[in-house]
Amino acid sequence: MEVLMSIVVGILVSAAVYLMLSRSLLRIIIGTGLLSHGAHLLILTMGGLKTGAAPLLGENAKVYVDPLPQALILTAIVISFGVTSFFLVLAYRSYQELGTDDMDQLRGNDQYE
Amino acid sequence: MNNLIILPIVIPFLAGIILIFFNKNIKAQKLISAFASLLAIVVSGIIVHTVHVNGIQSLAIGNWEAPYGIVLVADMYASLLVLTTAIIGFTALLFAFSTITPDREKFYFYPVVQFLLLGVTGAFLTGDIFNLFVFFEVMLMSSYMLIVLGSSKIQLRESVKYILVNIISSALFVIAVAYLYAVTGTLNMADLSVKIADMGQTGLLTVIAILFLVIFGLKGAIFPLYFWLPGSYQAPPAVITALFGALLTKVGIYSITRVYTLIFYHEPSYTHQILAWLAALTIIFGVIGAIAYWDIKKIIIYNIITAVGVILFGIAANTPNAVEGSIYYLVHDMIIKGALFFLVGAIIAITGTSNLRKFSGLISSHPLLGWMFFIATLSLAGIPPLSGFIGKLKIIQGGFEAEEYTISFVVLLSSLLVLYSVMKIFINGFWGEPSNEEVYKGKSVKGMVAPIAILLVLSIAYGFGIESISPYISQATDTLLDPTIYIQAVLKE
Repeated sequence: MEVLMSIVVGILVSAAVYLMLSRSLLRIIIGTGLLSHGAHLLILTMGGLKTGAAPLLGENAKVYVDPLPQALILTAIVISFGVTSFFLVLAYRSYQELGTDDMDQLRGNDQYE
Repeated sequence: MNNLIILPIVIPFLAGIILIFFNKNIKAQKLISAFASLLAIVVSGIIVHTVHVNGIQSLAIGNWEAPYGIVLVADMYASLLVLTTAIIGFTALLFAFSTITPDREKFYFYPVVQFLLLGVTGAFLTGDIFNLFVFFEVMLMSSYMLIVLGSSKIQLRESVKYILVNIISSALFVIAVAYLYAVTGTLNMADLSVKIADMGQTGLLTVIAILFLVIFGLKGAIFPLYFWLPGSYQAPPAVITALFGALLTKVGIYSITRVYTLIFYHEPSYTHQILAWLAALTIIFGVIGAIAYWDIKKIIIYNIITAVGVILFGIAANTPNAVEGSIYYLVHDMIIKGALFFLVGAIIAITGTSNLRKFSGLISSHPLLGWMFFIATLSLAGIPPLSGFIGKLKIIQGGFEAEEYTISFVVLLSSLLVLYSVMKIFINGFWGEPSNEEVYKGKSVKGMVAPIAILLVLSIAYGFGIESISPYISQATDTLLDPTIYIQAVLKE
């Protein structure tokens, strides 16, 4: 199972890299979303999958899964959610102001030598 | 257990929240944020004193003992940086009072500055590597907001790139933390250090160490990861660039230092050697940039990169003298970069341009500003007895002790070129025929002088009063060189 998940993470990250290398800003933002999904799945996989019962005292199990990766993912998801929404708003705002979402045209030139 | 050390995080946090409610009342905003910053300086001063007298202070949040819960740890290195951050924050606010336009003030400039300070301080104080990530994000979120505040075209264009770079490095941070957790099963920095010392730093861990170098290097702007910095830092107003230049890159440096002295210190011939050469290249490319440009903001921005290289070389050389030197230099650099960006801001406020070819002779209309710039220049280059001298001296001494002769010479040579690059501003901008004297005379820089003066006085005092500061710095050095002090204070076995 861990091997399968690692492959899924690999696919997600490579898709993210492909998207982030494109010129359209919107595709780049989707790429960052996929990248953080990949990272979150990786934490889950690294903590070990399905090694015991849910980490609740009421379960009365002999082995519990490690609750820490879940806590980490939750934090990371919230953060990436906030950052992505900010990035989307920024992309829209800069599209309004600059009139393009093509990264080649956003390159910018040095105004001074 | 000491509740005191959470105060530098709580003060800006509460102040930021309160400030949000006063977003239309600029006077109240100024009052509250100045008060909060002063309070933060006092509290950080008390922390530095406590750590000096009683040793490392730690606080287990919610009474979850380390290594299970999150701990805050104030060793001398972190406390000194927290104090410097508080001082920079206060002076930046003073500078902002007279330079930031009301439309920015009404759109949450002051609360966001407090949140930025919260993130930076938290990153210095935390003892948990995932918590470090969280504070990084707090700091970055505020910096995204500050860099784009005002929505001019160049700001929008540059912040898109700035945010993209930082999102990628944040994702890498999460990935690196995941690997580290898989290998060691802990995220507490002290516990990590113990576990890795026990199991030996295997090849896998060394790879993770390099991954962390990449992540923190992106924040700290080391070669070849500094590419985003000159463009992004040029976009916002000078006071925001000052905050970024004085604080954000330094958090990257702090994290590299912490990770490479506390956790991954077992394979210095590999990791520290890479760091040393990257530091050398950082210095060289920073200096080239600083000399090449005729834009005063760009010149100072490239000088940030050079300083990052110098500080990291001290850490990479890893001898007592070099590490001590890099702590001296780090604190000095935060102060002097703040002062220089304020000076640049004041010059732009007078001339309306940052192009060095478009103005000259400022000293006839603004002599005080000119001489302050001169002092800042000397201090930046490390002319004794100003603050930059002792740090560079110790770093180079340590570099020779570590037999890194080539890189030590690079550091020495870079000082000359740094001096040249800023002297160029002084000679071309302040000397010569006054280009537009009538207009310049009318522009007052009254409110901007005080924050610059505070930082310069600190820089001079730091240089002259080195005797009284050295016990603090050497305590910080001892902790960095001997991880067991840190581990014992946190885990209390």
